[in-house]
Amino acid sequence: MQLSELRGHKQYADRAFRGLAIAAAGLVLLVLGMIAIRMTLRAWPALGLEFFTSIRWSAPDGRFGALPFIWGTLYTAAIAVMLAVPISLGVALFITQVAPPWLKTPLVYLLDLLAVVPSVVFGLWGVLVLSQHFGLSRSFLTAGVILAVMIIPIITSLAREVIETTPASEKEAALALGATRWEMITASVLPHSKGGITGAVMLGLGRAMGETIAAALVIGSALGQITVNPLAPGNSMPAVIANEWGEADEPHKAALIALAVVLFIITIIVNLIATAIVQRSMKRGRGA
Amino acid sequence: MVAIPQPTPPPPRGQRIVVERKAAAQIPETPVVFDCENVEVYYGAFRAVRGVTLEIHAHQITAFIGPSGCGKTTMLRSLNRMHDVIPGARVAGRVNYHGIDLYAPEVSATEVRRRIGMVFQKPNPFPKSIYDNIAFGPRVNGVRDKAQLDAIVEKSLRSAALWDEVKDRLKHSALGMSGGQQQRLCIARTIAVEPEVVLMDEPCSALDPIATARIEELMRELKSRFTIVIVTHNMQQAARVSDRTAFFTTELDSKNDRRTGTLVEYDVTSKIFAAPSDERTENYITGRFG
Amino acid sequence: MTGAPAFQESTATRRRNDLRARRSWRTVKNQLMLGLMIAALLLVAIPLAAVLWSVIVRGGSTAFKDFPSFFTETIPRISTRPGPGMGPAIVGTLLATTGATLIAVPVGILGAVYLHEYGGTSKFARLVRFMATVMTGVPSIVMGLFIYLIWTLSFGYSAFGGALALACLMLPVMIGSTEQMLRLVPPQLREAAYALGATKSRTVITVVLPAALPGIVSGSLLAIARAAGETAPLLFTVGAATAFNPHLFSEANTALSLQIFSNAVSAFAPAQDRAWGAALTLMMVTFIVTLAARFFTARFALKR
Repeated sequence: MQLSELRGHKQYADRAFRGLAIAAAGLVLLVLGMIAIRMTLRAWPALGLEFFTSIRWSAPDGRFGALPFIWGTLYTAAIAVMLAVPISLGVALFITQVAPPWLKTPLVYLLDLLAVVPSVVFGLWGVLVLSQHFGLSRSFLTAGVILAVMIIPIITSLAREVIETTPASEKEAALALGATRWEMITASVLPHSKGGITGAVMLGLGRAMGETIAAALVIGSALGQITVNPLAPGNSMPAVIANEWGEADEPHKAALIALAVVLFIITIIVNLIATAIVQRSMKRGRGA
Repeated sequence: MVAIPQPTPPPPRGQRIVVERKAAAQIPETPVVFDCENVEVYYGAFRAVRGVTLEIHAHQITAFIGPSGCGKTTMLRSLNRMHDVIPGARVAGRVNYHGIDLYAPEVSATEVRRRIGMVFQKPNPFPKSIYDNIAFGPRVNGVRDKAQLDAIVEKSLRSAALWDEVKDRLKHSALGMSGGQQQRLCIARTIAVEPEVVLMDEPCSALDPIATARIEELMRELKSRFTIVIVTHNMQQAARVSDRTAFFTTELDSKNDRRTGTLVEYDVTSKIFAAPSDERTENYITGRFG
Repeated sequence: MTGAPAFQESTATRRRNDLRARRSWRTVKNQLMLGLMIAALLLVAIPLAAVLWSVIVRGGSTAFKDFPSFFTETIPRISTRPGPGMGPAIVGTLLATTGATLIAVPVGILGAVYLHEYGGTSKFARLVRFMATVMTGVPSIVMGLFIYLIWTLSFGYSAFGGALALACLMLPVMIGSTEQMLRLVPPQLREAAYALGATKSRTVITVVLPAALPGIVSGSLLAIARAAGETAPLLFTVGAATAFNPHLFSEANTALSLQIFSNAVSAFAPAQDRAWGAALTLMMVTFIVTLAARFFTARFALKR
């Protein structure tokens, strides 16, 4: 046997494949980086102090104060989360702790079905059915309700995953002490899944803030006011971008992109926190 | 071809394993395939195997035995560079294969594995058809011709005593076979690339006694064509099939207080089981330890 | 000893009574909470049923009147004019979604292959994995504006611009779902391939990916279903055509979601009807794709 026999060919195909795979993975970082850089550069002229402090948004005058929209985004998202969290938790607990096995699959299907309804269809329904026939006028509340329906499947499925990592032994320990099902849930399931559920709620919050089309259709497109009245027409950053882009000209476009940059930064921060929380609690759940 | 000694009949279970006294001279002196010098295997900072020196001879069955955690599987995997795919694993010392250091920088792991095949503890057929399982290796090695592949598939399945059972369902999924059939398929798949050496890592541990007997029979038949190294935790199995036996054990590493595997004794199988020279071997084979 | 049986019987009765459920605040609370969970379930089911009902009833009466003209005719330019159709929007949706699939699916699979087969727990792989998860939360409208800046500004409106924006949305989802599927492929299969002298790339392409294929297909289909329903990324990249445009790379196009969005705010009934028809069409597309995904998931589950 000669050494040369074992030397093998230079494995160019092997290396090329590896290179391709690295490039594909790197594309994620590239796209995220480019979004941040290109959009910030384009929006730079509009990103002044006035943008963050003024409530006056008037394209003809070239005044772009985004404060009401930032407020509106946070406010509608908060309404959506407050409505969605108890419902999502209830459904997740029902599916994981109460439902008999034959019922689980159809319920999961139901949530999947809800998740694939396009947001524009929810918006259409909100604007032509909910606000016309059920007296919910276009307002923060209507937007919050629609957004809540849209983030329920997200929060539920994540909460379900986390809850299912509760070790059977912990649940049995509670039941063996004579706890009712609800006491078992509060004693072992919820404490065990607290971190993961928090992360799921954060992810839902991020999604609600970024959701554009449904909000654009039902929020009411009000300008220049900040109010806590949930029945008042409002506006949010993505809704303004979607509704005003069509007739926007130069300084106006830069201002709209600036809105997108602010939205991007807020959602990235929320998602960073959410992802970190979810990953940590998942790791702990598996390790236990 | 040198005469192959007849395999010893399986000893009755539950008794001390008595092997017919064959003098060492009765084992034919075949050429050395592997010459291991002071091999050590590390997983990160952890030393799993320490200072193993042994020679493995062509057309013989060499068995690695010992208690669990003694490094026998780790040692086996170092013979065809299967540690390369485990992050952090590292082999020190020399593993010479026909005089060539397998871990020399210019040696390609894939070329090594083409010559030194491996059968694993759990049958691991690909989720493909029986035919495609066998043809995988030859295809990797550049065989494209359909007729040639057909011939290789038939020959390999015949060698593994599987042809008659599966010849009518070559296109069926290999996952539909029984565990014993799957393991023989894995052996057929390994010998389809015509390796020189077949490494077997506890190939019968997941099988029932009947399937085990068939694999052992198969190993004795394959000995004339291949050099076989088998890891087993079953001493009777080592006594039944192997020509030479290496006994490994664990010892406490004084440096970090962790257990490390090491080679205790390596000799002709009959000698190991009849008259071991090391007390630890004696204790192990008489069942006083492990 | 005549009293003994009576004594035993009474003990047994008492024991039985002890094991019988007693009403207490604890059990009432348990029932109450169960009731609340069922209420939550209803609160999820009601809006879903209501949306489906509206879309099917109002969309069906438009989309299936004079079948198949709604699916084949061009879009009326004047919103007050009643009648079909949504043909160009269907073509536009298919073009943009197919284009996005052709970009995001292979890139996503390759990225996941890097993460699971090569990167593992290395720093770079961990960073990419984390950022991919974060990227799934980037609002779709931001993706749309980003593609507007780097593509549409230079090359104009086209279905391809929409495809790029949708691909940005699909990419992290594909990476995540594919990596999960690769994790399910037993490491023993990789070892078997290596032991036969296969290189790493060969092992991945001929053993690992085929073994994970049903799961990867299912994940891709779910991502495609989500992308097909997206509106915001197309808003700035596709344009607003009303005639058929079968070209991927040139000229303004349109899409079902865009048509729903623009017609929903119209004050005129004919336009609203077309929005409902387009909604039904879009839902049919996404449901069919989702059902196909379910089918592949079921097959994968059987195999494991």
